Amino acid sequence: MELAQDKPIAVAITAMGGQGGGVLSDWIVAMAEANGWHAQATSVPGVAQRTGATIYYVELIRPVAGKHPVLSLMPVPGDVDVVVAAELMEAGRAIQRGLVSPDKTVLVASTHRSLSMLEKIKPGDGTADSAPVLAAAASQAKRFVGADMQAIAERTGSVISASLFGALAASAALPFPREAFEATIRGAGVGVTASLAAFAGGFDAASGIAATSAEPSPAIPRPVGGNDSQRRQVAALFDRAHAHLPTAAHSLAEAGIARLLDYQDLAYVEEYLHLVERVAAHHPSLAPEAARQIAVAMAYDDVIRVAELKTRASRFDRVRKEIGSTAAQLVDTTEYMHPRVQEICATMPAGLGAFVERSPLLCKLLGALFDHPRRIRTTTLAGFVPLYFVAGLKSRRRTLLRHQREVAHRDAWLAVVESHAPQNPALALEILKCRRLVKGYSDTHSRGSSKFDKVIGALPLLAGRADAADWIRRLRDAALADADGKMLDGAIATVRTL
Amino acid sequence: MAERSFAREVQDLRLGAGDEFRGEGILAVTKALLQSGVGYVAGYQGAPISHLMDVLSDAQDILGELGVHFETSASEAAAASTLAASVNYPIRGAVTWKSTAGTNVASDALSNLSSSGVTGGAVIIIGEDYGEGSSIMQERTHAFAMKSQMWLLDPRPNLPSIVKAVEDAFELSEASNTPVMLELRIRACHVHGSFITKDNQKPKYTVREALENPVRDVNRIVLPPASFLHEQDKINKRWPNAVKFIHDRGLNETFAGRHSHLGIILQGGMYNGVIRALQGLGLADVWGNTLVPLHVLNVTYPLVDDDLAAFCAGKQAVLMVEEGAPEYLEQALNTVLRRADINTKIAGKDVLPMGGEYTAGVLSEGLRKFFDRYDSSLLHTPAPSPAKVLASAEVKALATTVPPRPPSFCTGCPERPIFSAMTLAQQELGAHHIAGDIGCHLFALNEPFNIGSSTMGYGLGPSSTSAMQAPGARRAIAVMGDGGFWHNGLLNGIGNAVYNEHDGVVVLVDNYYSAATGGQDILSSRATPVGRSTNHPIEDAVKGVGAKWVRRIDRTYDVGKMLATFREALTTTATGPKIIIASSECMLNRQRREKPLFNAAVKRGERMVKPRFGVDEDVCTGDHACIRISGCPSLSMKPSGDPLKEDPVAAIDNSCVGCGNCGEVSEAAVLCPSFYRADIVSNPTAWDRMLANLRSRVIGWLQARRDSNRLAVAA
Repeated sequence: MELAQDKPIAVAITAMGGQGGGVLSDWIVAMAEANGWHAQATSVPGVAQRTGATIYYVELIRPVAGKHPVLSLMPVPGDVDVVVAAELMEAGRAIQRGLVSPDKTVLVASTHRSLSMLEKIKPGDGTADSAPVLAAAASQAKRFVGADMQAIAERTGSVISASLFGALAASAALPFPREAFEATIRGAGVGVTASLAAFAGGFDAASGIAATSAEPSPAIPRPVGGNDSQRRQVAALFDRAHAHLPTAAHSLAEAGIARLLDYQDLAYVEEYLHLVERVAAHHPSLAPEAARQIAVAMAYDDVIRVAELKTRASRFDRVRKEIGSTAAQLVDTTEYMHPRVQEICATMPAGLGAFVERSPLLCKLLGALFDHPRRIRTTTLAGFVPLYFVAGLKSRRRTLLRHQREVAHRDAWLAVVESHAPQNPALALEILKCRRLVKGYSDTHSRGSSKFDKVIGALPLLAGRADAADWIRRLRDAALADADGKMLDGAIATVRTL
Repeated sequence: MAERSFAREVQDLRLGAGDEFRGEGILAVTKALLQSGVGYVAGYQGAPISHLMDVLSDAQDILGELGVHFETSASEAAAASTLAASVNYPIRGAVTWKSTAGTNVASDALSNLSSSGVTGGAVIIIGEDYGEGSSIMQERTHAFAMKSQMWLLDPRPNLPSIVKAVEDAFELSEASNTPVMLELRIRACHVHGSFITKDNQKPKYTVREALENPVRDVNRIVLPPASFLHEQDKINKRWPNAVKFIHDRGLNETFAGRHSHLGIILQGGMYNGVIRALQGLGLADVWGNTLVPLHVLNVTYPLVDDDLAAFCAGKQAVLMVEEGAPEYLEQALNTVLRRADINTKIAGKDVLPMGGEYTAGVLSEGLRKFFDRYDSSLLHTPAPSPAKVLASAEVKALATTVPPRPPSFCTGCPERPIFSAMTLAQQELGAHHIAGDIGCHLFALNEPFNIGSSTMGYGLGPSSTSAMQAPGARRAIAVMGDGGFWHNGLLNGIGNAVYNEHDGVVVLVDNYYSAATGGQDILSSRATPVGRSTNHPIEDAVKGVGAKWVRRIDRTYDVGKMLATFREALTTTATGPKIIIASSECMLNRQRREKPLFNAAVKRGERMVKPRFGVDEDVCTGDHACIRISGCPSLSMKPSGDPLKEDPVAAIDNSCVGCGNCGEVSEAAVLCPSFYRADIVSNPTAWDRMLANLRSRVIGWLQARRDSNRLAVAA
């Protein structure tokens, strides 16, 4: 008996539960059967269908009369013809499983990212690097067809299975013409128009026909609003930053100027530039981070700032755009806020605020009156007007308790930076960057501040060490790796043993 | 109402003689049952056999026409007990569940059933939840077959073989008066294929006839002295009858091959994998032709000793391909050959791994080792291998790049806020011992909640904290779903805690369905399916068994209220179990129910309001505290687009269903003011429009006034 040499076409689909991998698998089966092929599909959805990584597997073979094919129920590593990945990291997972082979596999993948929980929960930036996956895809697949299929699906009001089906058609990895693919979508009869549009988008993207988007040209900042003299003053401040700071710091300084002008006023920008120039004078390498971190420190997030951002006309427009409402629809916006006694005191004139804070009785009274979750409907007058009023307190900001504290914190931090800058600019740079740890509101802000204090507090332990800058960077990374600061405490314990 | 509608598949159940059925393996089983003249079907849902139950639930009219009784059992124990109808009466009955979890629950009834023996064919469709995609402990159903003397079928995983196995199972059961288990692995349950159908058969003997003509045979009852007779009957009659039937009917299959000095004996379920592995080595082709003889055990218990001996006789070596531990079949084969004095070498778990799924790669490597040991001349074609790819630097680098992606709560899941509140309660009151149960709520084990220390079985969460109490100590918390509650938890969880005056806290997650298994209805479901009695509140049930401290929360998304209730439960001086019933509908099912209605209403021009949540990117500072307490899939991050803000900011994508958890969490945890809810009003009324117009005029004027004074930088 001679063995036959026919081989089935093996297709593996890797996706996340709920992404429609099953729909894609059903389409492939329906298309194959409609074109006279024999198809077998399997999956192991189980609990993975609840947002976990999952895999669907299809084998297609041209039938031979009187014979029944024996097809595999699972992909054979090293022997898969087509891998369709519905997300970039799932493409990476398919490669790790050995499903992609340089001699045979066409890899069709959406290059968008759907972030995993582990990436999202880091207080810093836990986003996994896409580059190694793209590199592995390019080097290990016989052919790699990659494009953002999710964006195409969203643009066409459809789902990713449709745009991926289009990309699969364009890849020509299956022996069926485009018409067969489109007929399958029509035959399924659900959301046909949108699915066909997404299919066409996926097909074009995979064929290298990209919807061209013009690269945004770098914008030249220009002052708007106010009077002529004010605008001239702003322009002068930009000129001053350009003249006094190294080129590497220009764009950050421009952003800083814009932020602080928006945040407060011209005088505040002058104060900012003065501080940045002072720090940068120690060493030019400090200038970019000084421009960034001092701006962040000075534009601290207080209730006035939040109220201002929430009540702007531009924000109303952005909300409508983000939620994708049509002109015929009305949009009612509700804010979730929970002011605590601390925030209320911080928004009082410094003397009064400090006095109230020292009085447990007053604090209790204020707490009972105001410390509640509040839902503020900013699209009604009753919600908008109070926030509008709070935003109007901006002109008095410098007299308030919060400002006094922020200035003290800022000055203490810069004093530490400047004390190290002359002998060890690298260390001063790392201390500058530590301002990144202070962020968030209420408890999160307190935790961030305490991490900042811990890292700065470790400086005496590192006194005189040549690698002090390195250590501060490590401590900062540890502080950003988890929320409760365990990594940081561990790292500081290590520093103590040095 | 199940998560998925089977309206189309139900039509396939009507196919007649000579028609072609195309679909999933488990649905083919459903059709096979009707073709076999089954008189009643029962079972308990669970992957991978949920669809069998779901499709029959949707097929009430067909079942009615045929006179088939169908019910959704309260548990696998109830399902197994249903087979009692086949003990005294010649009615064919089938039940189904996922194994081994379900077989454990059913085993009391199964032991009694197999001791009594059956008159009508009794078949148990077993979804063997083993290997990739499994959600349970990794064990084998095989042990149950051996201990109770029930037969176990493990057919080749293609639809014609599966359908034939169902038909054979009934006949085998009747020929040997023994219940028969038919095992299907996950992929076989979900495999898409086709088979040629036959007409459905009305039951030859119906439940009605049995009720009208009751039979009593004291020798069928498990009570001395009959129980001793049963044991002898099993050994002396039922077993030999079964072996004879399997042999005579050729239920096991032998495929000849040129290299007859070797052979492979395999479980039927392993067949496609073995053929593919042989194909990779150049020893078989895609049409099932093989150069190495195969003996396929479509019945893995009992074994037909003579057939095995005949297959092995004259061979140098055979390989036993047997998935799972321990190696019952390999041991049995050794005994068979020893007794027959056949000296063929037996390979098995020495070339294949003892445990774990026999995936394509594992089988390929095992077969290669076998041939290498006994006749390496057969190895001239290198099998496909990913080894080179996996060894490359580019692929190795992925180990530290590709993040794991375990399952989690869906977008808008009503269980998420329960665990958000529990996280906040622990931040206030310290860490507690928390016991998990079976159900979606077990996903709290993973990030970002990291809640739950154990799981002991379905509905056993509360009883798993039985020992965990000491006067004045922090209270243990047990989580249990409504599915587990009705399956087992009411008595073993709540009744047990009330009787023993347990001081712990029990959180009953009531999402209106047995949600993790696909959204089937249960006693407390709010739906009103025809032929089922629902809307029996959990609250009444727990009070009925004596619970006193009971709090019901009808909107779990109210994180503040959930938190306050946890606080009270953990600190109250009340004695006995503190029971919190947290009720909100499973969002998957709710969306499936409401979305079409909503869209239809909008189309009709009715005023409809749809909430959606968003994050103000300029207010968000990128600390991700919200994500750590919420964990919603639609709450993700995006680059800030702001050179001054280094970390990515939170962002809510289009999959948001507006459940409100993120806003509630940020409010209850006093996180930040970045979240907003946008209520999108479709088809606003004239009054709506007038009011909105008035508001936007005033607000617009105020905004314009401030904007005109603002000195800013335009980019």
